[in-house]
Amino acid sequence: MRRINLADPATQRRVKALGLVLLLAVAVWLPTYYVPYRVFQLTTVLVYAIAVLGLGLLTGYNGQISLGHGAFYAVGAYTTAILMEAGLPYLLAIPPAAVLTFILGFGLGIPALRLHGPYLGLVTLGVAAVTPPLLKRFSGLTGGSMGLSVSKPVAPEWSGLANDQWLYYLVLAFAVATFALARNLIHSRAGRAMIAIRDNELAARTMGIPLARVKTRAFAWSAMYAGIAGGLSTWVIGFLSPDSFAVTVSIQFLAALVVGGLGTIFGPLFGAAFLVFVPNVSQNINDAAPGIAFGALLILAMYVAPGGIAGLLRTGWIRLVSATAPRPKPPPGAQPPPVGSTTPATPRAEGGLTVDAEQ
Amino acid sequence: MELFIQQVISGLASGAIYASLAVALVLIYRSTDIVNFAQGEMAMFSTYIVWQLLQNGAPYWLAVGVTLVASFIAGIAIERVIIRPVEGRPELIVVIVTIGLLILINALAGYIWSFQVRGVPSPWVARNVDLGGVRVGVSTLGILAVVALVVGLLFVLFARTRLGLVLRAAAENPESSRLVGIRVGWMLALGWGLAAAVGALSGILVAPILFLDPNMMLSVLIFAFAAATLGGFDSPGGAVLGGLIVGVTENLAATYVDVIGTDLKIIVPMLLIVAVLLLRPQGLFGHARVERA
Amino acid sequence: MTVRTPPMLAVRDLHAAYGPIEVLHGIDFEVAAGQVVTILGSNGAGKTTTLRALTGRVSTTGSMFFDGGELAGRSTEAIARRGVALVPQGRGTFVGFTVAENLRLGAYLHKDADGVRADIQRMYEYFPVLGERQHQRAGSLSGGEQQMLAIARALMLRPRMLLLDEPSLGLAPMVTRSLFGMVATINAEEDTTVVLVEQNARLALEMAHAAYVLEAGRIVMAGTPEDVHDDEAMASAYLGYGV
Repeated sequence: MRRINLADPATQRRVKALGLVLLLAVAVWLPTYYVPYRVFQLTTVLVYAIAVLGLGLLTGYNGQISLGHGAFYAVGAYTTAILMEAGLPYLLAIPPAAVLTFILGFGLGIPALRLHGPYLGLVTLGVAAVTPPLLKRFSGLTGGSMGLSVSKPVAPEWSGLANDQWLYYLVLAFAVATFALARNLIHSRAGRAMIAIRDNELAARTMGIPLARVKTRAFAWSAMYAGIAGGLSTWVIGFLSPDSFAVTVSIQFLAALVVGGLGTIFGPLFGAAFLVFVPNVSQNINDAAPGIAFGALLILAMYVAPGGIAGLLRTGWIRLVSATAPRPKPPPGAQPPPVGSTTPATPRAEGGLTVDAEQ
Repeated sequence: MELFIQQVISGLASGAIYASLAVALVLIYRSTDIVNFAQGEMAMFSTYIVWQLLQNGAPYWLAVGVTLVASFIAGIAIERVIIRPVEGRPELIVVIVTIGLLILINALAGYIWSFQVRGVPSPWVARNVDLGGVRVGVSTLGILAVVALVVGLLFVLFARTRLGLVLRAAAENPESSRLVGIRVGWMLALGWGLAAAVGALSGILVAPILFLDPNMMLSVLIFAFAAATLGGFDSPGGAVLGGLIVGVTENLAATYVDVIGTDLKIIVPMLLIVAVLLLRPQGLFGHARVERA
Repeated sequence: MTVRTPPMLAVRDLHAAYGPIEVLHGIDFEVAAGQVVTILGSNGAGKTTTLRALTGRVSTTGSMFFDGGELAGRSTEAIARRGVALVPQGRGTFVGFTVAENLRLGAYLHKDADGVRADIQRMYEYFPVLGERQHQRAGSLSGGEQQMLAIARALMLRPRMLLLDEPSLGLAPMVTRSLFGMVATINAEEDTTVVLVEQNARLALEMAHAAYVLEAGRIVMAGTPEDVHDDEAMASAYLGYGV
């Protein structure tokens, strides 16, 4: 039997493509198997994944810490809800939310240029903190503390699907689109510019990268993703109230991003799954258990696995690749090279985050 | 006019509370260059300990005293055990650790004491005092007095004692400090211990007003951040002044600016933070950070 | 037959590395008690790294036996406690503190207030300009004054061994000469062992009892200053000019 050589880039691409196809197939199959409540949970995972992916673009790939993405999420959710209440068909209620949050993200990205690290975290935290009171204040528009109710999308006759399944596939379509878009962005010139700025802003500037443009655009895209996710959450949940968009939402997004894998494309998916299922499981123990798990995991992850779940998987993949790679013929008399010396990619040096520009 | 003065004075009182948490933030920032997002939660946890001791029948001042000492020790422990492994790592990692700490402590408090809101007895007499025609609550004066005392003690510690000299030296120049034999790691831990104790004070003072629940300190934290930013993150005196300014501004804005009212008060510190960071990033008293290439 | 007293400092097979890059490739040298020993070499030879190794700030293998105890593997604070004081490159002054405070910090390990006060007075006698500026912020002193302060601060530790890392750097020749004169005086009066790392070979050789030349992480020459002086070929190759 021919030995599979995973070190060969062509083989790697094929394996990865196969993996993606499999993943997609499973995703499509899932709602046909599970009960509506599970499907609802899976749909929520996809919604969160989009939001966390947006945060990942900004924080993971561009190095700008945001503790305020819950605000964009909220704006997207409320925009969609208000438009749906006004009679707009639900599909048409998402694009305006996307555009609005894109603009708002750009707007916040401008002052953010002057802020770095924890200071940016502070300001974005403040934005998140201000969001529920603001929502309550403009109660004419938002329904105030009483909240807003919308009728959830109904599956059309011709699909033959149940409502929860229809919703799931809609959201899945959005998820696939946004993930594909994000991947393209990361691999494009703009994406490389974002990453360069994250790694060394001064060097990026000397290379001629237009910092302001790239950073504000990153903010805008990232906010838009969160806004789209918010709009989708309105479809899925059907009810919004200001208190469901408290500061904790923003913190949870960041936690999910880190646990899932900072600076990776699929990390947000793992993180979102964490967000939905860990509280679900641990809440049986105690209301506070999810928080304890998350907090402890965040801290431990920073000690031992800064690359999150995605990072661990990647390390496993690298080991697998080096284990199956053919050993090069040593020159006569020399020692054979140690295992692992033929790995095509090496994780970043100790002290930094494991970066994955190719996922 | 009387309303104005009353609002200023009560603003000073809430400002004093923000100031004490802000001083804690600055203490940690000066010694370890870390913005501790978990400072508020640490204070909240300490407040719960006071509450628990009170529940068990301890007299108020004993409960507070024991808790302050316990907070001091806890602060040292947290720095040595949780923060030390990531000291010197990139900023993002350290920020995430303090956020993880925030989540963890918040959840721990909820786990031990549940998320039910609790009342905390006020140590102050519920009376008003007449100060030159203006009625001021005893609690307001009490808060101002306590914070002034603590800040004064800290000042004496840092400016006039050998330990204070050593703490400042370890914060300014850890390398040279080691060369003269100072155990810098323990000095940093001491900074965290002091910060934890001072921060605990802010929680203890604010609990009778805000009522105790695990999320009590989240908004106070934002006000404290505003205060520290306004004062310059490396200036304890600035943090105090910043806290007072934030408190008074917040109160006056809530009273006189209709659109803000009491529920949007939190916009005030937000705008302050943004304004300061954009116009004068080093705050009123801080030192401009030199960009290290 | 003379009984050979054990050296104050004996370095054997010292390797030092910054991460994966090895900078010192197994050096040996000795310093006898009360001597001034100078380590010379061009830029990048590893001189500063040697002092870093001696003060526990770089990872090492090999032995550094000082005054009856092993320095290798110990923390910087612990090494300071054993009586090793370093005047680092760049002076390492506490810039936000006054001259007097810098000296008090130098005496951190000593609890005898009267003794410390007497030490400070003695420093002002050695370096009168420090006495004049005792309440001035250290950061506002000139380069030469800061260098004096750095040496005085190191001496406040009452060290058994004083390490100096390129004290002439950035200083005018006259200032350097007087500084070196001070060090020689201190060595004579206080019997402090001195290890002087220098690029300025000429001045260093004038006051040293023994000299080593370091090049690319290895000792290429060892002997008395006269030996180094006389071997002109060596000297110009490694020290850059006719000595």
